[in-house]
Amino acid sequence: MIVSLTAEKLACVRGDRPVFADLDFRVAAGEALVVEGANGAGKTSLLRLIAGFLSPATGNITLNTDSGAISDGEERGRYVGWLGHQDGIKPQLSVGEQLEFFAHLYGARGAVPPTLERVGLVRQRELPCRYLSAGQKKRLGLARLIVSGRDLWLLDEPFAALDTAGRALTAELMTAQCAAGGIVVAATHDALGLAARSLRLEAA
Amino acid sequence: MSGPFASLLVRDLRLAARSGGSAALALAFFALVATLVPLGVGADLKLLSRIAGGVLWVGAVLAALLSLDRLYQGDFDDGSLDLIALSPLSLEQVALAKLLAHWFSTGLPLTLLSPLLALLFGLSAEGTWALFLSLLIGTPAVSAVGAIGASLTLSLKRGGLILPLIILPLLAPAVIFGAGAVTAALDHLPNGALGLLSAFSLAAVLLSPFAAAACVRLNLAG
Repeated sequence: MIVSLTAEKLACVRGDRPVFADLDFRVAAGEALVVEGANGAGKTSLLRLIAGFLSPATGNITLNTDSGAISDGEERGRYVGWLGHQDGIKPQLSVGEQLEFFAHLYGARGAVPPTLERVGLVRQRELPCRYLSAGQKKRLGLARLIVSGRDLWLLDEPFAALDTAGRALTAELMTAQCAAGGIVVAATHDALGLAARSLRLEAA
Repeated sequence: MSGPFASLLVRDLRLAARSGGSAALALAFFALVATLVPLGVGADLKLLSRIAGGVLWVGAVLAALLSLDRLYQGDFDDGSLDLIALSPLSLEQVALAKLLAHWFSTGLPLTLLSPLLALLFGLSAEGTWALFLSLLIGTPAVSAVGAIGASLTLSLKRGGLILPLIILPLLAPAVIFGAGAVTAALDHLPNGALGLLSAFSLAAVLLSPFAAAACVRLNLAG
């Protein structure tokens, strides 16, 4: 289980462009952090830093778990459930095939039918993903988060393309994740719909 | 099949089968090349059998190239590669699964088709067997070297056009040894080329996942 996520003196540079610098935060298990900022302030870059895709220019990110502190990006990535800008969905696969693939990939077999029911896609199980609307694709992304079984959720604009019911579902899932002792870090311009700490990014 | 590695392999094979028949396209290209060359050269079976190894090997390599740019590009463009990178698999294992999927969906079908195309060149039984064996041994190297090129050109615009320029020179040893194996069989000479091809293929398959994983890492950070 994870205990906390901390960042100290974190700086990010993309190409030659400094994105942000001197960033410090700490999120404890059971908490949510909403990352705010103008376009280009580095919200997505921060999520990619936490996920371990990017390396910080300076500073460090540490995921504290009950079995020790993890600073290595790839090792930290093994705790991450990811909902990015892109949907990560293959139009050639059915909804069920798509989710079963990720369940197997993340070692969470058997959780597919109840998860599809939870996100309201049970009737679309056999439907090829090319026929899904943007909102349904986002719901499939949420289903993928659930089956990942990961403790640290990183969400980039989680409410984009969702209707009111979808937004409520997303907030409900984030609340459940925090209640189960996980951490949610979400970059969004919208209100999260749950108690969350706030981090405002200013371009460096 | 179960487990993360097998699930990725099966998914990639499923996508290859459903993505506009890429294996069928490669096979059609290979068959067209093998049909056009005898039409151009004429009905000189002696000459055709002498050039068969080289022509069919070049045809197989070019046909395999047709599906190489999709090895990583689709997953990179739609964000699937981010999700796969966060899975319990290392990027080296991911690269190996993708290499195998490409070989099963392209290299193996091309190899299985080759004895039929050898008939168009009037290849003897020994020559046909050498061609089949050399493609069976050598096409994994084509997928392996191709995987490095595909991962290297991931974030480049029109990377698919640059890809052949990068990998074709690296595949020259496979073509030389593969065609050489057919010629040696026709001349009833000891076939050292197959040994060299095996060594090249083994080295390519062993090294490719590490090189491709390093390239993917760079592109995910880009």
